[in-house]
Formats: sequence, structure tokens, C-alpha cells
Amino acid sequence: MTPKITVIDYGASNLLNVVRALEHCGAEVVVADQPETVINADRLLLPGVGAFADGMAGLKEKKLIEPLKGFCRKGNPFLGICLGMQMMLDSSDEFGHHEGLGLIAGQVIQIPAQGTNGEPHKIPHIGWNELRYPEKGGNWDGTLFYKLSPGNSMYFVHSFMAVPSNDRHRMANCDYDGQSICAAIRSENMTGCQFHPEKSGELGLTIIKEFIHIH
Amino acid sequence: MSNVRLIPRLDIKGPNLVKGIHLEGLRVMGDPKDFAVKYYKDGADELIYMDIVASLYGRNNLTDIVKRTVENVFIPLTVGGGIRSVEDAKHILRSGADKVAINTAAIKRPELIQEVSKIFGSQCMILSVEAQNMGPGKWEAFTDNGREKTGKDVLEWVRQGVELGAGEILLTSIDREGTRQGFDLELVRAVSESVPVPVIASGGMGQTQDMVDVIQKGKADAVAMADVLHYRRMTIQDIRQAGLDSNIHVRKL
Repeated sequence: MTPKITVIDYGASNLLNVVRALEHCGAEVVVADQPETVINADRLLLPGVGAFADGMAGLKEKKLIEPLKGFCRKGNPFLGICLGMQMMLDSSDEFGHHEGLGLIAGQVIQIPAQGTNGEPHKIPHIGWNELRYPEKGGNWDGTLFYKLSPGNSMYFVHSFMAVPSNDRHRMANCDYDGQSICAAIRSENMTGCQFHPEKSGELGLTIIKEFIHIH
Repeated sequence: MSNVRLIPRLDIKGPNLVKGIHLEGLRVMGDPKDFAVKYYKDGADELIYMDIVASLYGRNNLTDIVKRTVENVFIPLTVGGGIRSVEDAKHILRSGADKVAINTAAIKRPELIQEVSKIFGSQCMILSVEAQNMGPGKWEAFTDNGREKTGKDVLEWVRQGVELGAGEILLTSIDREGTRQGFDLELVRAVSESVPVPVIASGGMGQTQDMVDVIQKGKADAVAMADVLHYRRMTIQDIRQAGLDSNIHVRKL
């Protein structure tokens, strides 16, 4: 049976690219903006590009916040990408203070405007950067990253970054001029990627394939 | 310095990939999609499609090529040429592009930068600038592939563009484009030091050392290349290796 992935449509501009990557990897895709489709999904993907407040407003307008939380409580696989990952946390400081979905404890804050050497660096953080294990522990066995190794590069484009409250939810980091940026978060059935697996070449697609087939 | 991107640039006329010198004297190379897929497999970090006659004729015909390309290419794709409105940008993004590059229409109506970045985000809005040297430390912005003068000073224009919301600058040197004589390092450095957003240097790549120079001396954040790849003078892997050998942070494959 072809695995069925439900992608939440709340106006995110990378939706079609995510759908294309899922289909390329063999999934049957349902694009949904109805609460009942979301809560009854087999596996759910939350895409996203753009501002945090706009993203949350889009979910709220379509009455998808509670169904989305309800889905995650059931324990089925959930993947958030970029803004979709940031919205999994409690709140963000992007253009004012905004509440997130609160699926994983933590905040979203601005990427420091300079490296640890004090030199200013370009914001947004755009480009390929290498995944690393978080400082405390790390090992991607049994996760969507199990085919990846530290040092594999993924494509990032963002100005804000996630800071999970518990280190155990930090799945991967990357380094931006000495500043440690959270590249992925995970708690049980829920995974979030700051980078874009759908735009990260064949290695990125291994994450999508794993999401389609994980049990 | 981090995350230097190597970006094949595909100039397109009608259905074909073309290549010229100083943005003129075009030669047909083949189906852009074939080149795009090859570059993706060879490890390109992003791709740029530029419809080089679109603004001349006031249209954009890349939609079908973009749609066919993104079926098999899973890296970011920037599309430029003939994008004159938010509607045009939306259309090309829906076809599968990740970012739009705008030159002529932004010169005519700078507010377009603001409109596009507000709706789709700054990360989507690349300001494309064609620069011609007008004397020491001075460059003028051109449109229509180097055909039309605008009277705008490049450094003032990029600062204004970023204030309006441009998230990246695609900087093409008309003087160097297609010459394989190296990038205009002075130009790239002047622009890179004028704006806080990433600068993609384009025009002049002839050997791997040119890429090293434009990053180390020109302070470029990304390097666009056409001729050297289309004519198979070198591979992306050759260029990447030269970057690694010079301690430049490029993607390790």
C-alpha cells in the first residue's frame, strides 16, 4: 500500500515543492486544510516559509491548531519543516511575541548578528551547512536521520532559530561562525527540521523517504 | 565566512539554454532541463534560470521549463527575467521556483521589491543587478541584459533595494560576463560591503582561482558560473575541490 502523507495547507509558499518531493519519494499526498482531515491523517507534514505570526494566523484562521495538536497526541509520525518546525515550539520573538503550537517546549529567537569572533555575518543564514550531533549526546539511530552522518550538509534559509528548553529534544545542530544553531528537534513521534530536506539534494530526500516509511 | 554556494547559471532564450559574451552573441547550447539535471547530480548548490529576452518582449515563458525541471531537481531554483508584478512572481513560484530575481521591473518601480518580499518573504526576493564600470570605484546599473542605461549608481541602488526588502543580490558584471577573465573583484567587494545580505557574484569565471579570489578578495557569498560549466571546461567538483583546498567553506559531498 502506498503510504499516505497529509500536508497541511495554510498558505505556505513551499507547499508544492514539499508535495513534489514526497511524490518523487513514492508517497501518496493529500493536501488538507480541513480540521477533520488533519486529525484523521496517517502521517502529517507541516511545511512553512516566512514569518511566524503569519504562519500561526494561517493555522488559526483554518481552525487547524487543535486538530494538529490532537493528531500529535495520537503518536503518529509528524514532521515540521523550517517555519513548520519553529511553530512546533511554545513561542517566537519574531516581530513581537507570538504563541506557537507548544508541541515541544522552547522558544524561537533571532540568530545572533555576529559570529563568536564578534565579526558581523550575513542574515538570513542562507546556504548549505553541516549537521552535527548536539553537544549532549546524540546518535540518530531510530530517527528520520538514521541514514545521515554528522558532516552531511543540508540547505538552510532562515533568520530566526529554535531554542528547545530541554537538551534532549535537540536532535541536530549546525555551526554558523561559531554560533550553534538548532538544525533539528525531536520528541517521540514528532520531528522538526530547520533546513529544507526537500531542497537538500539526495541526502535531504532520505529524510523524506524515512518519514514516508517509518513505523 | 561560511556557506559559499556554487551556482550554475542558465541563461535561456525561448526553449534553449544559450551562452553569449557580454550578454550578446548568443549560441544555443541545448535543453536547459538536461543541463540542470546534470548540474544537480554533479553537486550544484543551487540553480539560476534567467530568461534573457523576456523583459525585452515583456513576457516570461519559463513556466514550462521550470515545471519540468523541478520534477527531478531537489535544490533551490531561482528564476529571473520578465517578472514585472506580484502576479508574475506568484506564477513562477507556483511553477516550482524557490526565489525570483528581478531587475528591470524593480528599476522601473522599486516598490515591487517591497511588495514581493512582503508577500513571499525576503528570502524569495533576489535583486538582480547588471553593473557596468563607469570609472574608478563607480558602476552604473543597466537593464535588458546590459542594453539600457538607468542612470542609477549600483551601490546606492543595492542599498535601496535591501531597504525595500531584497534578501539577496545577484550581481552581474556586464564588463566581465562571458569573458572568462575573472570576476570584477572591486565591484563585488564594494557591493558586498554595502549591504548586509548575501551577494551572488556573476560574470567572468574562467578558472577555479577566479572563484577563490571572488570569495576571498571580493567577499562574495555565492558564485554563479555559466560558460565554464556549459562548455565543460571544468566540473562543479573541480571548483568545489579548489574551494576546499583554499579553506573555503563549501559543501562537502
